[in-house]
Amino acid sequence: MKNQNINTLEDYKYGFTTDIESIRAPKGLSENSIKFISKMKKEPQWMLDWRLKAFNRLKNLKEPNWQKPKYPKINYQDLYYYSAPKSASEKPKSLDEVDPKLIETYKKLGIPLNEQKRLSGVAVDAVFDSVSVATTYKEELTKKGIIFCSISEAIRNHPDLVKKYLGSVIPLTDHYFATLNSAVFTDGSFVYIPPKVRCPMELSTYFRINASETGQFERTLIIADKGSYVSYLEGCTAPMRDENQLHAANVELVALDDAEIKYSTVQNWYPGDKDGVGGIYNFVTKRGACRGKNSKISWTQVETGSAITWKYPSCILQGDNSVGEFYSIAITNNHQKADTGTKMIHLGKNTKSKIISKGISAGQADNTYRGLVDIGKNASNSRNFTQCDSLLMGNKCGAHTVPYIKNKNSSSTVEHEATTSKINDEQLFYCNQRGMNQEEAVSLIVNGFCKEVLQQLPMEFAVEAQKLVGISLEGSVG
Amino acid sequence: MLEIKNLKASINSRDIIKGLDITIKPGELHAIMGPNGSGKSTLANVLSGKNGYHISGVIQYKGKNLIEIPVDERAQKGIFLAFQYPTEIPGVNTNNFLKTSLNKVRKSKGEKELDTLTFLKIVKEKSAELGIDEKILSRQLNVGFSGGEKKKNEILQMKILDPSFMILDETDSGLDIDALKTIANGVNSSRDKKKSFLVITHYQRLLNYIKPDFVHVLSDGKIVKSGGMELAVELEKTGYKKIK
Repeated sequence: MKNQNINTLEDYKYGFTTDIESIRAPKGLSENSIKFISKMKKEPQWMLDWRLKAFNRLKNLKEPNWQKPKYPKINYQDLYYYSAPKSASEKPKSLDEVDPKLIETYKKLGIPLNEQKRLSGVAVDAVFDSVSVATTYKEELTKKGIIFCSISEAIRNHPDLVKKYLGSVIPLTDHYFATLNSAVFTDGSFVYIPPKVRCPMELSTYFRINASETGQFERTLIIADKGSYVSYLEGCTAPMRDENQLHAANVELVALDDAEIKYSTVQNWYPGDKDGVGGIYNFVTKRGACRGKNSKISWTQVETGSAITWKYPSCILQGDNSVGEFYSIAITNNHQKADTGTKMIHLGKNTKSKIISKGISAGQADNTYRGLVDIGKNASNSRNFTQCDSLLMGNKCGAHTVPYIKNKNSSSTVEHEATTSKINDEQLFYCNQRGMNQEEAVSLIVNGFCKEVLQQLPMEFAVEAQKLVGISLEGSVG
Repeated sequence: MLEIKNLKASINSRDIIKGLDITIKPGELHAIMGPNGSGKSTLANVLSGKNGYHISGVIQYKGKNLIEIPVDERAQKGIFLAFQYPTEIPGVNTNNFLKTSLNKVRKSKGEKELDTLTFLKIVKEKSAELGIDEKILSRQLNVGFSGGEKKKNEILQMKILDPSFMILDETDSGLDIDALKTIANGVNSSRDKKKSFLVITHYQRLLNYIKPDFVHVLSDGKIVKSGGMELAVELEKTGYKKIK
């Protein structure tokens, strides 16, 4: 295990590691390590076959390389694809059985697993390295017929649902990282909302990479059946290490007729130190299918962490009158890089999409919005509105906007607006003159810039996100 | 309250203030008049601590040298600048901004921070007192404000923050007579034995309402003449050229 002199711990308060014994798969990517994962998870044969199919496909795939941020070659044979806290090999039946050290870690992260202490109304599924540790509020949800559990449990207990929907939005053969995930995914969340049920609370997953030399490959599948509604949140942190760690998750959402899914992410993976050493490679595939008529999928993301963020949470608007939304804040500071945006694929009639992207770049960071709006020839009377705003701080950072627009239907309209601005000295002086210091002023101005996106977050997370916005930019104005 | 001795300020090696002396005692209101480019706004910026100027001389405020103290700390110590051109900050709610500001000032004085309800009560009171529509405070800070609204917003902030030394940088410029009275009312109702003002203006108009104790004429970075209200009246008649 590589160790580093953690003298910047105060900059990244989630940078601690927890000393917990873990069980790991054999190092490297092989049929054996995949079999090991499947066995550890007590998976049925069909799941193992699915994984192996992905693995075989992977052999013929190459990593994509069209993105703006380049990264050194990843040695996939040098990673562990499964790491679980040892005490979790027998999954705890109640919170009392959860390793106290794990509970401690989550406390440090500010996620009280303990139901009594919890924020009201948020059910949490916590994923530590590769295993889902505990899911709170399960009983209350079960009464409504809602299934909220780890994907591993779902594979064992709800095989029909998993077989039907897993890989239906992100196919096995999609692209390198998605296919890699399909072969080696370890854990993640599974949500099923039955017809006409409005999920009474925010569902939430918290991801944490603890072990070193570990990739995290979580898989999330959310299905909103006809006429249902769910709001789902994920948060992520990782300890500080001087190596780069890969996080390649797949998230699939399916909304049937009249259903709505709201998916919010607050991503604060370790961004690396001030000189760009270490940090997470956050290469994630997130895609939602508005499969039914009048369905809606809304992505909100606040991306402040990771050395490289490379993701495009997308919507496939198949159902007539379906709606896709993407609200994004991407903050890059120091040497961080982000290439993020969305894809809105309009297939059904009268489909609508809205994209609001706020990119903030400071230090020597580089921030790219890349997005596709594709209106198919049958998608009559469809509409898209896109607004991309970039804010630059200092003169060593970069911001880029790369929109791809394809409109194959003459009755449909696409609008694109983009702005680039700098925080100006007059704004800072004004705030300072009213008693705020430089960091408070920057935080205030940037939060104002991001307001339209922050408003989309559920209340208690909006407050957290606002603080995070301020913290991520500390020291960015001299 | 404020004692300025031989103050010099330059920006990008261009001298703007070239040896300025002024003493402002508690309870006094001083007006600074002068032609365009004489250094009036620079004086306001330098007193409030804006970066970018090269400064020499002494600025004593309540017995302490201000020059090394950063802008935000000066503000917390009771120095307030009503801006000539208040800047727009999109997405930032004016009430939230002002509440953050007030709580920073209170905290630095060791006072308890106010919750939203108490804060809004103060806002209601003060805006009623000045006859300013409090609705402007629920809008984004200065965004889409008319010239008059921006200036009124400055004066309302001044009332709420309750500073001890207030600089008004051409707050009266471009205002109609009603708005001008609102500004004057804001100044007059803030005057007491412990508070002082430095009012920068081009015109006698505002001074008719706020009655300065002293009037100074700033020209080419120096005070060339000081007097009482009669000096403002004279200037209005003769212009600045005669004074030089």
